[in-house]
Amino acid sequence: MTGLVPSYMLPSPVQVIKAFFEDIPLLIENSIITLKEAFIGLALGVGVGFAAAVLMDAFEILYKAFYPLLIITQTIPSVAIAPLLVLWFGYEMTPKIVLIVISTFFPVTVGLLEGLRGADKDAVGLMRSMGATRLQIFRYVKFPSSLPQLFSGLRIAAAYSVVGAVISEWLGGFGGLGVYMTRVKKAFAFDKMFAVIFLISAISLCLMALVEFSEKKCMPYRFINEKNVGSGAGGASPSPTTDRLR
Amino acid sequence: MKKLEVKNISKSFDGKAVLRDVSLELESGEIVSLLGVSGGGKTTLFNVISGLLAPDSGRVFLDGKDITESPGHIGYMLQKDLLLPFRTIEDNVSLPLTLRGTKKKEARAAVSPYFAEFGLEGTQKKFPSQLSGGMRQRAALLRTYMFSGDACLLDEPFSALDTLTKSAMHGWYLDVMEKIKLSTLFITHDIDEAILLSDRIYILSGSPGEIKGEIVIKEAKPRRDDFSLTPEFLEYKKIIMNLL
Repeated sequence: MTGLVPSYMLPSPVQVIKAFFEDIPLLIENSIITLKEAFIGLALGVGVGFAAAVLMDAFEILYKAFYPLLIITQTIPSVAIAPLLVLWFGYEMTPKIVLIVISTFFPVTVGLLEGLRGADKDAVGLMRSMGATRLQIFRYVKFPSSLPQLFSGLRIAAAYSVVGAVISEWLGGFGGLGVYMTRVKKAFAFDKMFAVIFLISAISLCLMALVEFSEKKCMPYRFINEKNVGSGAGGASPSPTTDRLR
Repeated sequence: MKKLEVKNISKSFDGKAVLRDVSLELESGEIVSLLGVSGGGKTTLFNVISGLLAPDSGRVFLDGKDITESPGHIGYMLQKDLLLPFRTIEDNVSLPLTLRGTKKKEARAAVSPYFAEFGLEGTQKKFPSQLSGGMRQRAALLRTYMFSGDACLLDEPFSALDTLTKSAMHGWYLDVMEKIKLSTLFITHDIDEAILLSDRIYILSGSPGEIKGEIVIKEAKPRRDDFSLTPEFLEYKKIIMNLL
């Protein structure tokens, strides 16, 4: 590479690692700010997304009225609205959280809504024949069967939350990894720039792993070891007392 | 005593008549089959009896009480086991109790004695995906029974199983029924199955579906192991084939 790109522009891995450890106190300080924004934004985004999906599933008219609008909100690039949010809400945490909510609620809504609408119609009918109320059907059939889709949405939302926080810090703020990024960029400290990029990726991966972990906790039935599968082959494992061929 | 009385049910969809003036009765502890071709309105009739569908005319009575259009009185089991994949077998089976507000622990305790009776020992903590098709249908029948130890509708419960499993399930089913004496209305399109399992058979055929005949199977219960190979069995089969 030497000769093609000057080494201060494309630092070697050793330089990046060195830069990382030199700046560790600063990186931790800024990570805490970014993570705080990401967590608050993600929590609110999930809450909003959840409520939207449940309402749109329960009331067809809301689905027809608002679903197209939801899609449109996702066609607006977040870099375009972030400066506006800064204008409206200032340089503190609020505009960042708003941006994260806007970008994280959507995958949650879409995932959960698809799951709720896709619940087995016959199972719902069976529950009705047992006299179950709408709330009971939601609790015992619809919601649990939508968990796989909900978790797919959550995983995307978790990744978006960190990226969203960094982008909004970038466009104005007092602290956080995005602010750190703009500073080191202006100082042409590319080794630090790469260090923080890797750190952000690592944080996103950790968040996604956390989602995956809770997925396994919430849906143990999806992660049953294949070896445990019962008598297989579709046969009713015969018990000598009750089975005989007639 | 009459457990279930279905009186003069007619039903049409978009102007096309599906059922015309269907009446039938189910005595306490009796197994009665409703035999007819697929798509002949059998499932529609069950949806009416269970209260999920409103008939155009006619009423349904359970123990003399009008239950037309009011779901939640009769157990209903389908060809698909419809066990919820995210609940263990014991939680699936106790779901009808949970819906009535019984606490989880009590509901589990209430269902546990039946696991042995239904040949389901050791499956309590398993998930449906870990069980074979036959075992899942057993669990589905137990759930239906937990919902109503009184009367239930079985809609082709064994038709998705392979022949050998099905045959084993018939034996199991008759044994279980001897013990629990559940009044059952049983839909099937399998003539052998109907003769083998029922005390009485209604033939539903035509379009719109009408009751074309009623056959009483006089063979005593518990039935001989070789009942399906006897001349009487064939005689019943002949009568039914002429009616269909």
